[in-house]
Amino acid sequence: MTGALHRRGWLQAGLASAGALVLGACDKITANPKANAVLQSAEGLTRRAQRLLVDRKALAREFTPKDISPDFRPNGSIDPTDPDYLALKAKGFADYRLVVDGLVERPLSLSLADLRAQPARTQITRHDCVEGWSSIGKWTGARLGPLLDRAGLKPAARYIVFHCADTLEQTLDGSGQYYESIDLIDAYHPQTILAYDMNDAPLPVPHGAPVRLRVERQLGYKHAKYVMRLEAVNDLKPLGRGKGGFWEDRGYEWYAGI
Amino acid sequence: MAKPAKVLVYRHAAVTRVTHWINVLALTLLLMSGLNIFGAHPALYWGQKAVFAHPWISIGAEQQGARTLGVTQIDSLKFNTTGVLGYSGKAGSEEAVAFPHWATVPSERDLADARHWHFFFAWLFVLNGLVYWLVGLGGGHILKDLAPTRRDLAPRNLWHEIVTHAKLKFPKGEEARRYNVLQKGAYLGVVLVALPLMVLTGLCMSPGVDAGAPWLVALFGGRQSARTIHFITAWAIVAFIFVHLFMVVASGTWNNIRSMITGRYAIVPDETLGDVP
Repeated sequence: MTGALHRRGWLQAGLASAGALVLGACDKITANPKANAVLQSAEGLTRRAQRLLVDRKALAREFTPKDISPDFRPNGSIDPTDPDYLALKAKGFADYRLVVDGLVERPLSLSLADLRAQPARTQITRHDCVEGWSSIGKWTGARLGPLLDRAGLKPAARYIVFHCADTLEQTLDGSGQYYESIDLIDAYHPQTILAYDMNDAPLPVPHGAPVRLRVERQLGYKHAKYVMRLEAVNDLKPLGRGKGGFWEDRGYEWYAGI
Repeated sequence: MAKPAKVLVYRHAAVTRVTHWINVLALTLLLMSGLNIFGAHPALYWGQKAVFAHPWISIGAEQQGARTLGVTQIDSLKFNTTGVLGYSGKAGSEEAVAFPHWATVPSERDLADARHWHFFFAWLFVLNGLVYWLVGLGGGHILKDLAPTRRDLAPRNLWHEIVTHAKLKFPKGEEARRYNVLQKGAYLGVVLVALPLMVLTGLCMSPGVDAGAPWLVALFGGRQSARTIHFITAWAIVAFIFVHLFMVVASGTWNNIRSMITGRYAIVPDETLGDVP
């Protein structure tokens, strides 16, 4: 009996230390940049597989007004305190200008009225957060494709970068400023819009007033809020910490289709 | 009586053995990274969208006076799960985490890195499963060894198998050369239902896949339903693994492990068995 208990004790101790060893090894792999890069290689496979198998113009499902979430959760910055943003907000965004520049033939500077006069689209879509939850909302905004055509993309342009008004993390080098980027496939997707209305009312501050991106086939963090400037670029490396977005710079996938 | 002579029969083809051990690795890491991912929003819902005030299942921490409790809620039931779910850790450094650090990869809550682990092993798991399926269907393993025969499904045989299993009496002699009907059912359920269900419900959480295959997420009743089914099926697979490991030990640990490594399984042929029922 004692022998059996003894054996069980040894077995438990053995299993526990084997488990700790495996967990420790996993944490070491996570912390090792080269090993972590191997894990992250799955992102490229996912992006290529989805681009190959999913029609580039396939629409995200659109819902009916009765599906709209009464409790749509705002996430990330919900009330920016950046002085420039506060000044704009104090005047009801009357002085707001959306700048379109970078690799374009005709740089633009658009007021909210200009933006509302652009070809628009309304859609009721599901917002999928990387954390796992979903909320459904109705969005109206200027279609990004026609807007980019108005500015005239130069042939070298490969990505559209969204520079935002909010600082999500206080850093000394300014890399805590929110930004995002998408490729031209998503930029010209019919459901990709710069939304200024949510649920038939002007976009509220927690959801990104006055303008946020909707890029419906990717996760929530790609939908940049408080958008101030669109920049057409050839390369994402010179921006932020080089990964193409605030959360991408902190380890999240640039291609957030999954 | 002299110890009956054993013979080694060839039980598992190489592809079964290799894909089995790759699955052990992939499923372990998928489960542990999945539990870490769950910690980013430890609540489950039905339908397309979250109803934050009324999750179907949630795991969280609650303050009760000076003490913090881990609380798991299922529908209208609440359980104190301090130490395991909701609030756990070494004495003095407990934390509000859905699943304890020893059960997750990485051990600290880290959504970005947990996703890297999850998707890397998801690809390995899917490719491994495709190899198993292609070879298993093409080579006849699934139809020949796993599909139940008419004789297997006779009520008398089913009852006999259930009774002998409950008594932990396992087939000997020629009968041990093939899977019995309960084994066939369990393995087919895992190979054809549970594991594919994990892949399909996992894909439903991808907004990119949902745009390309809207029928898939509709089949499961919405993205949040798919996430909930993903979670439930994962635990069903864990339950299968526990029963599987128990049966491995109960029916001969080393013989079973050897057969899954070298392919050879020892049986005692009928003629040396004497009078068995």
